Amino acid sequence: MKCVKTTLKGWREIPEGGAITEPGSSVNFDVTAWRTSSPVIDQEKCTKCGMCFLYCPDSAIEIDETGNYRVNISYCKGCGICAKGCAPKAITMVKEGH
Amino acid sequence: MVRRIGISGNYAVAYAVKMADVDMIAAYPITPQTTIVEKLSEFVANGELDASYMNVESEHSAISACVGASLTGARVFTATSSQGLALMHEILFMASALRTPIVMANVNRALSAPLNIWNDHSDAMAQRDAGWIQLWVRSAQEAFDATVESFKIAEETRLPVMVNMDGFIVSHMYEPVELPDEEEIRKFIPSRPLENRVSTKRAHAVGVVGPPEYYYEMKYQAIDAIEESRPKIKEIDNDFNSRFGKSYSEIDTYGIEEADAALILMGSIFGSAKEVANALRRDGKNVGVISLRVFRPFPVQELRRAIEGIRAVGVVDRATSPGGSGNPLYNEVATALYDMPERPVIQGFVAGLGGRDIREDDFRLMYDATQKAAREGAGRCIYVGLRE
Ligand code: SF4
Ligand code: SF4
Repeated sequence: MKCVKTTLKGWREIPEGGAITEPGSSVNFDVTAWRTSSPVIDQEKCTKCGMCFLYCPDSAIEIDETGNYRVNISYCKGCGICAKGCAPKAITMVKEGH
Repeated sequence: MVRRIGISGNYAVAYAVKMADVDMIAAYPITPQTTIVEKLSEFVANGELDASYMNVESEHSAISACVGASLTGARVFTATSSQGLALMHEILFMASALRTPIVMANVNRALSAPLNIWNDHSDAMAQRDAGWIQLWVRSAQEAFDATVESFKIAEETRLPVMVNMDGFIVSHMYEPVELPDEEEIRKFIPSRPLENRVSTKRAHAVGVVGPPEYYYEMKYQAIDAIEESRPKIKEIDNDFNSRFGKSYSEIDTYGIEEADAALILMGSIFGSAKEVANALRRDGKNVGVISLRVFRPFPVQELRRAIEGIRAVGVVDRATSPGGSGNPLYNEVATALYDMPERPVIQGFVAGLGGRDIREDDFRLMYDATQKAAREGAGRCIYVGLRE
């Protein structure tokens, strides 16, 4: 899924009381700036067990058309939970900017 | 037909809430508020009021329940005092930011310590930045009328309203109160279903996270709403006046037309202040009084207009802001008047903390000190009646 970055709304445009009136608004939210490291999946080691997909608190792990697990980096906050949960240690957290 | 009955300030509030046909009452007893929710429990128990009466385990829960119920579109009410209001603190900010039109009676009482159940204004002043509209009443009749108006103000501005009433002095004083017909009240505030904002029928989230990109804008909505409430409060009072023949402006004045010095105050001491001003005027002293009925939104323009030509004002605070540049009401008044081209000198007073009576001599002292300030400039805040 592609992250759709919307322009930020002004106070007059936001529904009263800061309510969210459209479902699925979190897809508009890019969390790249939160991350200090990103997960890199070694497809050779990956057994496709799907644990990273289940564990990721931000649903940043997606399955591509070839059946491989991939990180959608716009939604990844770099928490490292996927790497901890990966039994064959196929995921390495790599520091941003390295 | 208007009925004239003898009831206390607390009962006057309870009658207003009953006539407003509320859907839900969250109740937790605290002196001196208790008899409001006690009377309401009677109304519900004997079938005079069809409302859900929720006994909660604390004031924090009382106000939380009100926020939740209000989000479903229900008309809700709760009442509290002092420590109870303090315990509600964090939820008060949510109530205004989530735009829940809650009406709450706050029967003013001092904050501990030492433990004190008597009247001053420290409870409400500590919540002045919570984004609530604050009305201040001075009699049982005003308590009734303000509570009725509050439901309309709350629902039209989508902001919570706090009706403040002096503990014991108003809350427990039995006075004749004129009660209009319940039908007339219901015409004034029809039980129109507010929108249910937490219906499962549609996707809708309230109380969401406001990250740095959004918090500011969400907060500003409530700031704008309270600014916009100014003309609405006037309009609603005009409507009330045309139906029930009673009108309340943001500020009330007494004898200020030719005064060179005036006291500014809130709540039931307006009566004593007027009496003493009257006596002094007979002795040739030109003094007057200004009483605020609305504290939030602060009636800046109305106060400026009233103050024109007055050389000195004395601000009577019944709450303190220890270590501050002034006490709460003083600071509001000083800020409101600061950029007037010919502003008066402003003398601060603290009086009547923890239920200490403010007597005739105390008022004389304050009027004298304010007149002296007109001649010689204002001094430091005077703690009236404090024993050394
Ligand atoms: S690092 Fe955290 S957020 Fe990023 S993909 Fe892994 S679990 Fe999801
Ligand atoms: S947890 Fe590890 S092995 Fe399992 S799918 Fe994810 S990357 Fe592959």
